[in-house]
Order: sequence, then structure tokens, then C-alpha cells
Amino acid sequence: MTTTTIEPTMDAVPEATLRSALSSRARPVRASALSASLSFGWRAALKIKHVPMQLFDVTMFPIMFVLLYTYLFGGALAGSPSEYLQDLLPGVLVMTVAWITMYTGQALNTDISKGIFDRFRSLPIWRPAVLVGMLLADAARYTMASVVIVTVGVALGFRPDGGPVGVVLAVALLLVFAFSLSWVWTAVGLLAPTPEAVLQMAMTILFPLTFASNVFVDPKTMPGWVQAFVNVNPISHLATAARGLMHGNAVAGDIAWVLAWCAALVAVFAPITMRLYAKER
Amino acid sequence: MPIEPFRNPTLAIEASGLVKAFGEVRAVDGVDLAVPAGGVYGFLGPNGAGKTTAIRTLATLLRPDGGEARVFGHDIVREPDAVRSRVSLTGQFASVDEELTGAENLVLLGRLLGFSRGQARERAGELLDAFGLAEAGDRLVKTYSGGMQRRLDIAASIIATPELIFLDEPTTGLDPRSRNQVWEIVRALVAQGTTVLLTTQYLDEADRLADRIAVIDHGRIIAEGTSRELKASVGSGAVHVRLNDPEQRPEAQRLLTQALGVPVHLESDPVAVSARVGDAAETVAHALAELARAGVAVTDFSLGQPSLDEVFLALTGHPADDTSTADSVDDNDEEDAA
Repeated sequence: MTTTTIEPTMDAVPEATLRSALSSRARPVRASALSASLSFGWRAALKIKHVPMQLFDVTMFPIMFVLLYTYLFGGALAGSPSEYLQDLLPGVLVMTVAWITMYTGQALNTDISKGIFDRFRSLPIWRPAVLVGMLLADAARYTMASVVIVTVGVALGFRPDGGPVGVVLAVALLLVFAFSLSWVWTAVGLLAPTPEAVLQMAMTILFPLTFASNVFVDPKTMPGWVQAFVNVNPISHLATAARGLMHGNAVAGDIAWVLAWCAALVAVFAPITMRLYAKER
Repeated sequence: MPIEPFRNPTLAIEASGLVKAFGEVRAVDGVDLAVPAGGVYGFLGPNGAGKTTAIRTLATLLRPDGGEARVFGHDIVREPDAVRSRVSLTGQFASVDEELTGAENLVLLGRLLGFSRGQARERAGELLDAFGLAEAGDRLVKTYSGGMQRRLDIAASIIATPELIFLDEPTTGLDPRSRNQVWEIVRALVAQGTTVLLTTQYLDEADRLADRIAVIDHGRIIAEGTSRELKASVGSGAVHVRLNDPEQRPEAQRLLTQALGVPVHLESDPVAVSARVGDAAETVAHALAELARAGVAVTDFSLGQPSLDEVFLALTGHPADDTSTADSVDDNDEEDAA
């Protein structure tokens, strides 16, 4: 595609217009932390508006995951696809959202490699606003992915015994976890040399994290050392908690485990991120 | 050049002994500055001289490793927010979001600066009009030409009118018309009372725009003053000859060296040569006659003050466009090293 650029002539602009646009007017009061964060969220939303293909990862991938796993493995693993789906769907939901958290790091790294990041850093604003705004917009993406997955699931025969309230609670817990996990990727995004490197590092962590879990199969048949990992893996706890909430038989212990993991992730990676962010580059 | 009275209210920037090092490389190596408020101040130097690092440090993006600096009396280390609310920086590479439209970029930055949604929209409209971007306002920035991006970039820097604006090589890579537009904008900014600090590797740009110039080489200021002062410091007058055909330059150099009896310098402009001469108009007239006799067509000549090219050569011992010095670091590398 070739774009013809027709440059408007500056000569046509009366000098008075230029002068009046430059004339000093009172500087506004400093933007509040919330307003600055929301502005960054708006920026992320605008990008989706201009390139809707970005939503592919939160719409098409989850649909493919649900369809493939249900019909390929359902019969073998649980007797029938529809029986397998009852357990699989909350797990796939957890896995999908965990995967798409990595794009936060990629977007941050892309910003840094461009001059725009310098401009943001030279503004008199609450410094974490750039990151918080990004995470806010991401929360919207996670919600969208969740809605898609649950809708597809219900169409395929997923019947949550916990009803809509259970589903909403499960998604809420998932969003808390995704927000906490995102701080890992913001730290990676600030450290990695290129956006591609961010994704490679993230995949190296996410593959074992999501597959060495109880998302697809019951860990009982796994060797002991794998079970040991699966049982401390936050994804396993999150998947179990999400199943519990959706089917109305949640165990407080699992939810507590998930929240403890969330607290730990934020406590460790938020300060690291903020330190890296404040560091010059 | 010691700066005794700190907190001088008429100074936009005052710095003493400012140092910024990246590992072994001292990109800024003991810079003293007294930039008066109002007008244009130029940092002139080749790639890797430390110009970018110096203004990034002054704009609070980098933390100095030594010395101190104040911007309108506010310490760049202890009061970064006070500095940030008075200055804005337009980097060497477009610091606007290519994936948004021009208008969205300006509204976003307006909101971040604290304007209400309505005010931010109104301000964006004003600036797009003023910078000849009104029709392009709703197009994605990545479809803009280099000159348009640069103008949007500068517009983004003056949404809330800054007292001091840093322009890092504002015209590098622009065609002559876009360059003239940027110059117009700089002059208009100054007319409204904003102080402009710009970096450039173009000697004629510094000569035309800047009220005062600091010549930077290897992280140090090696000369400072008005263009006239810098030229005068080099001493004697100079003869400049512009040729019709760059092919004939070696021939012209040979003939002029013979006729003038002094070394003849090839300028960065491929059709220009110059030589420092005494006060001998007669010798010069004779030398030009020699050129005419040999069939070397001269389009223009002048006898007068030395050019900044010669100033740079005289001050540093190497021409301004010589980037081959072993320890020079490219401005981009400085960022990578950070």
C-alpha cells in the first residue's frame, strides 16, 4: 500500500495564527493521578480502535483453545467432550488470560524504544500513571477475553452450577491475578532489549507455568516431582478456585492461595518495576 | 568561564562542572553554562559531541554524575518536577505516538498536562491550525511526512507554553522547505518570550538562529559566545569562493594555494573553498583572475569574517563533520549505553 502524502503548506497559515497559538496562557493545574492514569488508558483504547486486529489474541485464540481441547481430548480424558468442558473451561479461561498478560510488557518495551517515552517521562505527572493506565486498559481486554470464552463455553454445553454470580466472581479473581502477574511483565518489559525479547522471556515462563498445572488433566497420574510443582503453581490454584466458584463448590483455601500469590507478585515486582522505570536509559 | 552568582534570575539555565558518564565514556565532561532567558541558545557540535546527553540531563531525563545545574533557579536533581513543569523537550527522534492521529496525540498530552477534555481539544485544534496540520489532524501520525511529524512534535512540546524548550537537532533530515518552517516556528516561539535551546550540527543553522552559541566537542564546551564573537576569536579575515562545478574544486584549491600563498580549506559544502588571508584585497583579486584564466567558473565569492566551519577547525583542530575520532561516541550509542 502506498500512501501519498500531500503536505499542507505552512506559507498559507497567517503568521498571526501561529503567534496566537503560541501566546502564553495560564498553565493548567497538574493532572491528578487518576486523571493521568485514565488518559493513558484512553491512549491504549485508541490504539485498539485504530488497529482492531490487536484483539485477535483475546477473541480468536480463546475460541480455538476451547474448541480444540474440548473435542480433541475431551473424549479421551473425561469420557465425553461435554463432561470434560465443565472442568476445562475455567482452566482455559485462566490459561488464556495468563498468556495475554505478557503483551503488557511488550507494549511497554515498544514505547520505550520510541521517543514518546521520553516525552511522558519529562511531563510533570504522577510517574506510575503510564503503567497504571496500561494495566487498566489491559483489564478491559481480559474482561473481553473472559466474556468470549464463557459465551463460547455455554454455547458448547458448559453449565456452571454456581450460576452467573459464580462466573462473575471467578472472572473477578482472575482479573486480580492477571493484574498482579502483569507486574512481572512490566519489569521484564523495562529490562528486555527488544519487544521480541519480552515475548520470548515471557513464553519461557508461561509455558511451564500454564501447562505444568491442573488446567488440562488431573495431576494424579503425573510423576511425583511434577506433582510437587503443579501443587505450588499459582495457575493450578487459580484454576481450582475458578472451577470452584463457577460450579458453586469453592474452597476458601484455594482462593486464599491465589490471593497470597497475588500479594507476593505485587510486593516483589511492583517495586522492581518502579525502580527500573525511574532509572534513566 | 566561572559562574559566580547562582540563582541569577535572568538566566534560564546555569550549570557548573556538569558531568554525565556512561561507563568509561564521559559524554558530558565538566560543562559550565549561563544561558540567558529569552532568545535562542545553540549547542553546536558534531555527532557524539555530547549535545544530546547535555540537554537530556538538563531536562531531568538523566541524572548528572557530577556538578550542578539549575533551570530558572530550580535544581535539576532536587526539584525535577519544578523543572519539568517549566520546560519541554523535543527529542531527536519523533516523540509523538505514530499509532495515534495528530489530534489524538495533542489531546492526550493536553489531558496529561491537566487541561480539561474540552480545553485539550480546543488547544489541539489551535495548534494544528497554527502548524499547518489542520487537514492532517485526523490521520495517523505514521502517514505524516518527516516535516509534518517534526511540526507535530514541536506543537506537542508547546501545548502548555513552556518557559524553556529544548529542541534536539530539530531540522536534521528535513528538506529545505520543512527546515525553513521549523526556523519560522523557532523565531515565533522566541518572539513570544520562550527561551529555546537547540542542538545542531549545522553551522549555518547556529549562525542564523542562535543568539549565543556553545561549541561542544568531546563533552566539553570549547568556545562560547555570539556568532560574531566566535568568528572574531579566530582572528584574521577569510576569503570564500563558491564554484559552479564541484569537479573543479581540486583545481581551484591548487590555483588559490599558489596565488594566495596560504593553505586553502575545502568546506563541507562540495563547491566551496575558503582560506584565511590577511588584509590583501589585491592578492585575492589576483587569485580570482587566476581562476578565471584557468576556466574555473566562480558563482560567488566573499571576503570577510571566517565561517563557523573555520571556527570549528581552528578551535578543535578537526573539521566539524569529522566523526572519525577514535573516542567519539555517536549520540545514539550514548542512549544504548545508558
